[in-house]
Amino acid sequence: MLEVRALEKSYGAKQAVRGVSFTVEKGTVLGFLGPNGAGKSTTMRMIAGVLEPDAGDALIDGKSILSDRRAAQAALGYLPEGAPLYEDMTPPEFLRFLAEARALPRSQRAGAVDRSIADARISTVCHQRIGDLSKGYRRRVGLAGAILHDPPVLVLDEPTDGLDPNQKRAVRALIARMAPTKAIVISTHTLTEVPAMCHRAVLIDRGRIIADDTPAGLARRSEDGSLEGAFSRLTDQVEDETL
Amino acid sequence: MKDFLTRQMSGFSATYRRELAAYFATPMAYVFLAVFLLALGLFTWEAGRFFDTGVADLQPFFAWHPWLYMIFLPALAMRLWADERASGTDELLLSLPIGIPGLVLGKLLAAWTVAAAGLVLTAPMWVSVNFLGDPDNTAIALTYFVSLLMAGAYLSIGAAVSSLTGSQVAAFVISVVIAFVFTAAGWPLVLSTVQSLFGTGFADLVARFSFITQFEGAQRGVLELRAVAYFLGFTATFVYLNCLWASRQRLG
Repeated sequence: MLEVRALEKSYGAKQAVRGVSFTVEKGTVLGFLGPNGAGKSTTMRMIAGVLEPDAGDALIDGKSILSDRRAAQAALGYLPEGAPLYEDMTPPEFLRFLAEARALPRSQRAGAVDRSIADARISTVCHQRIGDLSKGYRRRVGLAGAILHDPPVLVLDEPTDGLDPNQKRAVRALIARMAPTKAIVISTHTLTEVPAMCHRAVLIDRGRIIADDTPAGLARRSEDGSLEGAFSRLTDQVEDETL
Repeated sequence: MKDFLTRQMSGFSATYRRELAAYFATPMAYVFLAVFLLALGLFTWEAGRFFDTGVADLQPFFAWHPWLYMIFLPALAMRLWADERASGTDELLLSLPIGIPGLVLGKLLAAWTVAAAGLVLTAPMWVSVNFLGDPDNTAIALTYFVSLLMAGAYLSIGAAVSSLTGSQVAAFVISVVIAFVFTAAGWPLVLSTVQSLFGTGFADLVARFSFITQFEGAQRGVLELRAVAYFLGFTATFVYLNCLWASRQRLG
């Protein structure tokens, strides 16, 4: 499970994240929503140990990302925004690199690579360089990398961004299959997929959490009962307050 | 202590293998090796007058090493970190449970291996002088060894500077400038100017930090511990800077 405690981060004078806290239990898929620049990616980077928070902490499977970074990172699967990959490698080469870097026991490496290739449905592109793959396949290779070591916590930054409807469905199905055994955080700004994919939705704006509810509960806060309505009403509200 | 080292060095062999494969997955390593050997041959024969010395040794060949390293090795090292930053894969690396020192050394050693391959491929030259005469082969082997250490020092500059920027071109230019300062400090032209301006004592001090001065003894086939320690120490210093600069990324 994942416990985020009062994370804060500033870039110069700009406060990107101002005290974000939430907890995700095993079996929960949490949708992390918010307008562009709200602090979603910054928060996820801090959870992944890529960025050091100015204050606060994140516990991954009980291990602190600050004081026990490597143990925490070993329990986490992370898909960075845009799914950056090594273009000169084939998917199996890339996954083998990750398996070795993560120091999986030698005897388990081949099995882990095969399993993640099967789970992410990328076996048909195994002989191509990652640089030659379509956006949808690249995203799935990134996902395969995130689930390679079967981590109890997954943090996926826009896993369905830029995919066509079929690819989106495939990724959603993969997440649904993994959901019962993991704590998963997904950021997205495609609101229509939130009710289908997430059990809970956290709405963040200007570095603060402004709503933490079920997707249905969040939708009820709007006049027309839609998630879009709630999204724009809640984020506009913050805008009005600061004016 | 052992635990600490294991933690810091985790990711070393994975990084080393990935980086080495990356050099050979693109034309990068092949182009580097071909052009490096071509330039080395050209300088040795044309500018160094290999045959005119009338002595069967590799002096005219080794004399060009610092100058060619100065240009070629920053080109080999420039992609190491700048490329990660440009393609966003640094984020992937930083999210892995590995230590920065393991990453830094893995990358440096991969580039060093390619440079070593370049040196190995100059072996025909060594064989040639054995046909032409009766050279001191121990001395030549020793010069090769110190030259390899010197290559590591040049590469460590390039790798460290590469971790400061997302642009390979910027990394290359800055590295060549730094490498030039450390190379040319021992150049007679520069030294005589420094001497006339600041006196002999200061000129000696400057010369002591020059790669050319440190490489001089080895070129004559003398193994100077001082030179070995200098190149290893120099490399260690830049590896340390590289670790600092690479972990700075975490601060945002």
